[in-house]
Formats: sequence, structure tokens, C-alpha cells
Amino acid sequence: MTTLEQATIGDDTVRRPRREHKRPIWMEKPNPVVQALKFVVLLVAVALVVVPFWSIVVTSLADQEAINDAGGGMLMWPDGVSLDAYQAVLSGGVVTRALLISIGVTVIGTLLSLAASAGLAYWLARPGVVGGRPVLMLLLGAVLFSPGIIPTYLVVREFGLLDSYASLVLPVMINAFNVIVMRAFFQELPQELFESAHIDGATPFTVLTRIVLPLSKAVLAVVGLFYAVGYWNAFFNALLYIQTTDKWPMALVLRTFVVNQSAIGGDQVGGSEALPPQLPMQMAILVIAIVPILLVYPFLQRHFAKGVLIGAVKG
Amino acid sequence: MTALETIRERRRQRSPDARPRAGRKRPPTPPTARQPGLLRRLARDRLLLVLGLPGALVLVAFHYLPMLGSVIAFQDYQPFLGIGDSEWVGLENFSFLTEGDPEFVNALVNTLQLTVIQTVLVFPVPLALALLLNSLAGERLKRLLQSVLYLPHFLSWVIVVAIFQQMLGNAGTLNTFLVRNDLPTVEIIGTPELFMTLITAQSIWKDAGWGTIIFLAALSRIDEEQYEAAAIDGANGWHRLVHITLPSLRGLFVLLLILRLGNSLSVGFEQIVLQQGPVGLEASEVLDTWLYNYGILGGGWGVSAAAGLVKGLVGVLLVIGANKLAHAFGERGVYQK
Repeated sequence: MTTLEQATIGDDTVRRPRREHKRPIWMEKPNPVVQALKFVVLLVAVALVVVPFWSIVVTSLADQEAINDAGGGMLMWPDGVSLDAYQAVLSGGVVTRALLISIGVTVIGTLLSLAASAGLAYWLARPGVVGGRPVLMLLLGAVLFSPGIIPTYLVVREFGLLDSYASLVLPVMINAFNVIVMRAFFQELPQELFESAHIDGATPFTVLTRIVLPLSKAVLAVVGLFYAVGYWNAFFNALLYIQTTDKWPMALVLRTFVVNQSAIGGDQVGGSEALPPQLPMQMAILVIAIVPILLVYPFLQRHFAKGVLIGAVKG
Repeated sequence: MTALETIRERRRQRSPDARPRAGRKRPPTPPTARQPGLLRRLARDRLLLVLGLPGALVLVAFHYLPMLGSVIAFQDYQPFLGIGDSEWVGLENFSFLTEGDPEFVNALVNTLQLTVIQTVLVFPVPLALALLLNSLAGERLKRLLQSVLYLPHFLSWVIVVAIFQQMLGNAGTLNTFLVRNDLPTVEIIGTPELFMTLITAQSIWKDAGWGTIIFLAALSRIDEEQYEAAAIDGANGWHRLVHITLPSLRGLFVLLLILRLGNSLSVGFEQIVLQQGPVGLEASEVLDTWLYNYGILGGGWGVSAAAGLVKGLVGVLLVIGANKLAHAFGERGVYQK
């Protein structure tokens, strides 16, 4: 048992029963100065996270006049609401295509990753199965040692995957850590269920679809969300393997137009009329890249502490 | 085979000594309960194999096949010739280690500097934040704060870098605010001297909140009676922190430090490669970006594969060494002896 395990078993921070007295009897009365200081520090920490988002959203909704008033820079307070920037970047062109590509890669990649990881984990979770030991060793080795950038690039090249969407999925399809989390979960399921189903004449496939998967919804959700966030955020593989502009996912669009500030021209976005100013369009791209994360965040949050900690517990 | 026999056989297979060891005489067993042969087991587990093999193949193809590809570290690799036809050059590619290629040395120095800065500065922030959150009485407030502070972890580096540029850049929120109030502007993005500070600030912004999870879990495991007993004996809040809370976290701290040490040669590739443009390579090149710039963009395949190999080995050695050190000081470390 490692220290990490001990530290993380029974993570009851979230669901500790509500105490009648908030402060234990033996604890001295909090010093108001200290309390105020704590409050200020936490407030600053929260502001550091929230204010940038606010400023970005407000700027993405600004029109030319508001940008000019702000001296060409970012806005802190809304000054009229205009959706022109969103309309421009979403009506065809490189940003729209990148958005669709990112959605496609994320959805297909997550499904493939989930299926492959669950299959692998189910295999390794059964005791005494053919090849279980060596493959488990391979999995643990992959957690400890990751191959370098160059050799991985060469493998992708040798497979002829350069500049293909598959290069965004296959190299990251199996995350060894996620498989270990799933395996741990499958092992926790009561084995008697499998035995009784077997005696009742269920084939292993029926056991999988009727017993294992329905009982594993939670872990499938957690691991699936982790994979999905990974695919959505992936930048490294796109940078290495994708060469054609037409195949850019959102990460490369963000780098080119927002980080490197390349000008967004009329042929890069849809709509033939006058373009909205650059800054709101850049911020609109940024918002579009952030929103999907915000949408899944509540689900992620409900599960992630558990997911992170299971892996630590049962490694 | 009756149902009862099936159950017995399954039990036997699950027990740890199910497989007879070579050289040990097996007790006589009824024929039905014998460990089936390989073909029988393959047939029995065929569904599991069908389900599991795709994942295993992908794992081998993209985690282990590249390790074979590392042989180009000993070749004068030419992409059009491929691994088969490229010339073998022995250890020539490793000469950068002995001769000290200035760009490589610069990258190494920057990497080590960043690692030290990040370990010293990035590491304690989650701990402090966790202690602060833990000391809050209201569960609801705590949970709300956690939701906000965890969020940046899930944003990609591209987004984080873009956000920092928009906030601190020359036309960013901060400078716009300064201009409006007739204050002098600050140039943070694009100043080489401030690059490492910027990188560290970004790392803290992105992952400090997330890093509190593990500390909060550990804090919740500390027995409250210890605090009570200490308080009755007259220990004040500061004493309890120093003598109970921090010592309880020591094992976890050592563990995280070892893991960090194992990664000390890789500092945020994505984060840095995105920001090299404005500050130049001298201030910003680290080992991973050097591998990319020199190897893939510059075509120095053999040398960067060699460097990558050395880097991987050093990383593994660092973990083993740090773990030994932890054992020497009586800590548990990542794995047992």
C-alpha cells in the first residue's frame, strides 16, 4: 500500500455528514483579522479565474464602436451586445470547419477509446485469463515510461497516418492510466454475479452486456469524459501530424488566429459583408473553444475526484 | 459437468495457486478440474480476447513500437531511406553529450532552471490553498470555491496561453486599464527576462486549484481527535498546523516530489512551444522543444532521437534514485523495496 493510497482511500471530504456545530468545541474562536485575510486571499484566487473569462466574453460581444472606445484593447464592461463576431466565424470558413472537425474527432475518438479501454480492462480484470499477466505488465510499463517525440512521430509516419484524422486519435486512443482505473472498477464488481449468470446459461457476451456494463455506468462516464476533454484539448498531436489547413482542429485555429494573432480575412470566415473587428472575432473563437468544456464541467466535477482517486488506490 | 463442479472449477482457477508450478508434484485431482491446456483456454477466453486485443494492439503500436524506433539514435537516419536502409553510425549521435552543442546546453540549462523554479514555487501553492480551503467552516462555500478553482485545469494550454496574452499583452485587459488611468504600461508578454516568471504563473493559474484535491483528501484523513487532544494540552492553531497537519502530509509530499523529480526533464512542451515566437529561443528553449525544433523541424533525426533516449533513461533513473533516497529517510516513496 503506498502513501498515496492511504491518503486517498475513503475520500469523504465531499459527503461528510453535516455537523450541528460548525466549529468543534475545543477550537478557539476564530480571529477576525485572520478570517478577513483568508477571505481576501480566496476572493483574489477566485477573481483570478473568473475575471479573464468575463473580460473575454464581454469583448467577444463588442462592436467596432465599443472596441474603439476601449482604445483597441480588451473590455471589462459590456457596451452594447453584438453577435456579429460569432455570426462571422460560424458561417462557414476555416473556424467553422475546425469546430466540426474537433467535434467529430472528440466524439469518434471518445467512443473508440471507451470501447477499446473497456475491452482491455474487462480482459485484464478476469482472473487467470490467457495473456492477462504480460499485458498488464505492458500497461504498467506504459504508465512509467513514455516513448519520445521523435520515435512516436516515426511510427505515425511509417503507418502512413501523417496528415490524417486518424493521427489525432490512434496515438492517444489508449490511456494506460484510464484502463487501470476501469480494471480496478471491474474487479470490484461481485464475481458471484458472473458465476450465477454463467450457471444460468449466460454466454460471456451476455454477462458483459447485461451485467458488467450496466453496473459500470459511473466509471464509463468518468473515463469517457476524461478522454473527451483530452481529445477536445489536444494540440500536440495536431501540431506534429496535421499539415493541411483544411484539416485543422480548433487547437490549431486558436494558435494561429488567437495566440499568433494572424489576421482573420474575408476568405477565412463566411459572410461577404464587412467583417466585424478582429478582436471580438478572436475572442469569439476562444469562447467557442471554452464552451464545450464548461458544458461537461458539472458532470466532470461530480465524478472526477472519485476517478482520480480510484486510480491511485488500486494501481 | 454439473453446476457444482463448474463452481468448484471456477473457484480453483481464481485461487492464487491454481496454476501448478513446474517441479512441484500436483496432488491427484479429478480429470475435470485440471487446468485446461492453452488451446482450451484460448477457446474459453475467446470473447475476452476479441474485446481486449484491439486496445492491446494500439497500446503496443503507439507505446512500444516507438521504443524500437529509438534505434535511429544509432543511425544517420534519412526519412526517404527509412530505418532499414539508413546508415549505422554507432554512438556518433551521442556526441552532443560530450562536445556540448551550445543550443542543447542552453535548452538543458533552461529546463533545469524551470524545474527548480516550478518545484519551489508551484508545489507549495496547492498545499497552501488546500489548507486554506480546509480551514473554512462552511461546506457549501468550500464546494463552490473548489468548482471555480478546479476549472482552469480542464482548459488546454492553447486556451490558457491565449487568455494570458489577452490579459497581460500589450493591448490586453491590464494595459488597457493602465492606459485609461494614465499609468505607465507594462510589457510582460515578449520580454525574455520575464519568460520563466510567465510560464510559472501560467502553471500556477492552471493547476494550483486542481492540485488541492490530493491534499484535501489527505487532510480529511487526519484523525480529528489528535487536534482535540492537542488543543486540550494548550496547542494553538499554529502549533496544531506545524505539529499535526504538516507531519501528517509528509509522506504524500515526498511522493509528489519524487514524481515531480521523475518529470524534471520535461517541462510543458505545449505551453512553451506556443510562446517561443515573441521571446526567442535563447530564453525559451527547453529540452522538449529542442527535440521538436531540432529533430522534426530541422531534420536532425538521429541526434534528437539519441537525446530523447538519454532523457527517458535519466527520468527513470531519477525516479529510482529519489525513491531510494526516500527509503533512506524512512519514507515509503512511490513503490516498496
